[in-house]
Amino acid sequence: MTEASKPLAIALENCAKTFADGTKALEPLDFAIEAGETVVFLGPSGCGKTTTLRIIAGLEEPDAGGRVLFDGEDVTHLPIEQRNVGMVFQSYALFPNMTVAGNIGYGLRIRKTPDAAVKARVAEMLGMMQITKLADRRIDQLSGGQRQRVALARAIAVRPRALLLDEPLTALDAKLRDTLRLDIDKLLRSLGITAIYVTHDQAEAMALGDRIVVMEHGRVAQIGKPREIYQRPATRFVAEFIGTMNRLTGTTKDGVFACSAGSLPWAGAPATATEILFRPEDIRVAESGEVTGLQGTVAAAFFLGDRTRLFVEVGEARPLVIESTARRDFSHGEAVRLAIDPRGLLVL
Amino acid sequence: MKHRGLFYLQLGFTLLVSAFLIVPVVLSIMAGLTVNYFIGIESGLTLKWVFEVWNGYRDTIFLSIGLSLACLVVTLVLGVPTAYVLAKRQNALTRAIEELLVMPVAVPGLATALALIVTYGSLSGFRTSWGFILVGHVLFTLPFMVRSVLAVLSAIDLKTLEEGAASLGAGFWPRFRDIVLPNCRAGILAGSLMVVTLSMGEFNMTWLLHTPFTKTLPVGLADAYASLRLEVGSAYTLVFFLMIMPLLLALQAFAKPRPAKFVAEETDQ
Repeated sequence: MTEASKPLAIALENCAKTFADGTKALEPLDFAIEAGETVVFLGPSGCGKTTTLRIIAGLEEPDAGGRVLFDGEDVTHLPIEQRNVGMVFQSYALFPNMTVAGNIGYGLRIRKTPDAAVKARVAEMLGMMQITKLADRRIDQLSGGQRQRVALARAIAVRPRALLLDEPLTALDAKLRDTLRLDIDKLLRSLGITAIYVTHDQAEAMALGDRIVVMEHGRVAQIGKPREIYQRPATRFVAEFIGTMNRLTGTTKDGVFACSAGSLPWAGAPATATEILFRPEDIRVAESGEVTGLQGTVAAAFFLGDRTRLFVEVGEARPLVIESTARRDFSHGEAVRLAIDPRGLLVL
Repeated sequence: MKHRGLFYLQLGFTLLVSAFLIVPVVLSIMAGLTVNYFIGIESGLTLKWVFEVWNGYRDTIFLSIGLSLACLVVTLVLGVPTAYVLAKRQNALTRAIEELLVMPVAVPGLATALALIVTYGSLSGFRTSWGFILVGHVLFTLPFMVRSVLAVLSAIDLKTLEEGAASLGAGFWPRFRDIVLPNCRAGILAGSLMVVTLSMGEFNMTWLLHTPFTKTLPVGLADAYASLRLEVGSAYTLVFFLMIMPLLLALQAFAKPRPAKFVAEETDQ
């Protein structure tokens, strides 16, 4: 890849955003993005993730006192057209008055690049995104997936210092999302570019992010590597927003957690734990003869091919979710004994 | 069999309506080409009346064309930026401006013309120039330009398109030139068609605003019908047609939307 510009380090200092109508979209945020890193901002709609991206892009200015630094240089008041960042929008924002090639070459033409160089770069981008055949099509002749490829090619063509992606896959159907997610991952790794990716889809965040910033109500709930966020969520919100979380309520006494499903020996139990959380992969149906103090009844069982997803009633508000790889059928109402791996237990 | 009967009934009705609309046009054109309308076609065909109109009223035709084109230029220069601002800033003020702009269409043209005369009539150089009529025409046609451009701008995601262009390094003017203008082309053309047509045919305001030296085509037409032979008036209509039709057809051809095509999911591979 012939990407000349070196990756950009981005820092946000005390960046808050209050909109004209008084809505507080973002609480003061301090955050540094390392050069070449892919950071995913993840959260439900209205959590402030898009506002953060738009502040980094230069489409919004932070409230007074906030600063945006690109490689240490203050760009807070620099409009987006002077920041040299590539941006991909959820609605693609492709220009209907230009062909595919015209769209991809636009940023270069604005920079007064010689025609021959524009042509060569456009051809390179078309090849990279595997859309060479579409070069002369109009935008209204493209499907959603094709449009997103054009949008990516257009953003990268100008060799931006950073690539900003605002829910780029949300408008696509599930199968296409998977394909494009893989392509984007490959692209980001091969470019080595600093990338900021906004999504509400936790699977996308886990797959693409070097680090994930989980946001809630304009605040950062947790920052960490995907594995940390998943296995060691900092708050109840993070735990339940990412992946599936099981919950048991009860009391702890002498290293044993007791609940309506039975009792669970847990050597490292904090004395005050009244609620424990764990992932579906940390609980399994016990083998016959195995010693365990927990049991429940099967409320529903879905055979998925490689595994069976069980919903087991244990007298809690919600049934436990168990991913079982056992080679057997489960029937509704069947009594099952359960084993939990204590290493997966969380108290929040 | 029943369907066939219905078909002929509908066909007959359609032809009748068409005839009702087209026959007067044909009669009017024929009236302009016959030697004596009261005797009828037996009196013979002639181009005499057409030449008479051409010699006597040529100036009104050129003034009307010039006026409508000037009106088009002014409404483009004022109307397109106005529509852009109205589309970008949606608040109580811009909505009020949008409504106020339509007032000259709702208020009778005579009232607008009187107001202009009362206010500016004493500026004699202005009062006697065709610029005075131009002001009236711009007031009347501007909302049509603003509305049609605004309709197109509201239908596209202008904000995101501009943000996309800005992210690629385009400042305000390049964005306006490369993104905003080309994408409201259909609205500009539709608006232009309206403005030229309306300005060309505007009578009731122009009738008050004109002077003997600034007679437009419709005013001249009224003159001809009132004071000359019916043949001359009809020949005038014919000349009017011949001048206007090519212009309108050309504008219409420009304004045709391009058909969208079927899209399938595919990439090279």
